[in-house]
Amino acid sequence: MWKKYYRSATLTVFASVFIAAPPVFADEFTDADLKKWQAEFQSVVAEGEKLFHSHLGSNAVGCDQCHPNGSDTHPETYPKFQKQLSKVATLRDMINWCIENPAEGEPLALDDPKMIAIEAYLTWERRGEKLDPGKH
Amino acid sequence: MTEKSNRRKFLKQVGTLAGVSLVPMSLVEIVWGKESSEKFTFAYISDSHLTQIKGTQFTTNFDDGLKRAVTEVNFMSPKPDFVVYGGDLAQLGKREEIDHGLEVMSGLRGVDVKWVIGEHDYYLDLGDYWQQKVSKLNYSFDHKGVHFVVLCSILTYDEWMDKWPSAEVRMGQMARLDNPQGSPFMVKDPQIEWLKKDLEKIDNSTPVVVLSHSPLYKIFKPWNFWTEDAEKVQAELQRFDKVTVLHGHVHQLLYNQIGNISFYAMMSTAWPWPYPTTYTQQQSAVPKLTVPMNRADPFAARDGTGWGFIDLDSGRANHHYGLWENPSRAVVFKGSQPEDSQFQDPAKQIPPQKHY
Ligand code: HEC
Ligand SMILES: [Fe+2]
Ligand SMILES: [Fe+2]
Repeated sequence: MWKKYYRSATLTVFASVFIAAPPVFADEFTDADLKKWQAEFQSVVAEGEKLFHSHLGSNAVGCDQCHPNGSDTHPETYPKFQKQLSKVATLRDMINWCIENPAEGEPLALDDPKMIAIEAYLTWERRGEKLDPGKH
Repeated sequence: MTEKSNRRKFLKQVGTLAGVSLVPMSLVEIVWGKESSEKFTFAYISDSHLTQIKGTQFTTNFDDGLKRAVTEVNFMSPKPDFVVYGGDLAQLGKREEIDHGLEVMSGLRGVDVKWVIGEHDYYLDLGDYWQQKVSKLNYSFDHKGVHFVVLCSILTYDEWMDKWPSAEVRMGQMARLDNPQGSPFMVKDPQIEWLKKDLEKIDNSTPVVVLSHSPLYKIFKPWNFWTEDAEKVQAELQRFDKVTVLHGHVHQLLYNQIGNISFYAMMSTAWPWPYPTTYTQQQSAVPKLTVPMNRADPFAARDGTGWGFIDLDSGRANHHYGLWENPSRAVVFKGSQPEDSQFQDPAKQIPPQKHY
């Protein structure tokens, strides 16, 4: 008896909200949305590709000279222990390390849009590889 | 280990060791068949990529590599008969870079250099300055019973040459290894005709050594580890009993056997390249025979660079790779193909040789 009453009340409340408000749900998206988001991501990848093939430091050396197609950067293995840094490092730590050393440049802020673009490019070139954190 | 202590260790090795396999330098020693020739050695250096920043300022890291190689060749004992330079002396083909390279190379005392041109030396002015100041693009010579042929293997399709707005743009495009707008290397028919003529007078039993910049076989087209008309060149070499191709460009320890031809890559003095198998988006044909060099450590600037070392026993090559920051490696001709003297057996391979 009580149970029955409760259920119909819930239904009534629910129905009235549903009719009164437009049908917007946070977790719903369309194919058009997906396309747009992918395009946003790809534009950052393209920016990263450009940066990776430019001179980020002071000595006219580009990242691609030692990492064609971003190879040998192993984003799927991070975070991992880098014995030379004596700590568990992130991909961004190593991006900065290579900017400072082989490229003789100034490190980027870890949240610099350029840093994110380089990370996006490196992970994109490595897509499909299984995550393997910690692997040296 | 610091650069300094390494150098001291190296000089000590050179001073005290007679055993060639322990000398970490690029020394090519040839021991042909008894009747055909005498034993001799030559050294080689490759892919220095000297880079002008501006004016008289050059990228230190790459200068250091070439200077170190030159110093080490000067310490070789016995002295090499000559030195082969494998191409990519410059980064963007500039006169300043070629001049700078010649200046550093002039530190070599009392040895002739046999020059091979690389794409980084060529695509600014199509080899003009190189031919004026450095060397012919293709030529041959005989040395103590061995026939040497130098090829210019980094030519490409005419349409590609003509499609750029300026020489600088063309050079920049060719200088980018992973360029989707790139174009494959070629020897091209006129030079293959020249090769055919050059070899006409050579007997099948004469050992032949071909020096080229690109590998004269096909490994990975997207990075130009590739010569488009390689099969045509190989066909010209087929009738000889013993043929060795020494090439640069790939900046890595690499060896292969195709038919009667043994192939060996030279190390770069500037930087190492990852093996194409490590780029997982595209298929490559890295020779299964090659046991890779150790993965390079970015914290040691000279790691993964160096130069090689070959002796050719009865006309077959034994190649000693002198690897800075690493123990040297010897790849010797065994039976029908080159094999690493220490690591060919998979059970003997070590973790740093796994690239992924
Ligand atoms: C002169 C050569 C050289 C240049 C130029 C260079 N790197 Fe590296 N970098 C290396 C080597 C060698 C490694 C070690 C690779 C390995 O562990 O297999 C490395 C490692 C890395 C790693 C970590 C990879 C791993 O597997 O742990 C990242 C990320 C990286 N580099 C990014 C960059 C970026 C970004 C640039 C451009 C600013 C750059 N590198 C320029 C030589 C270079
Ligand atoms: Fe090169
Ligand atoms: Fe090259």
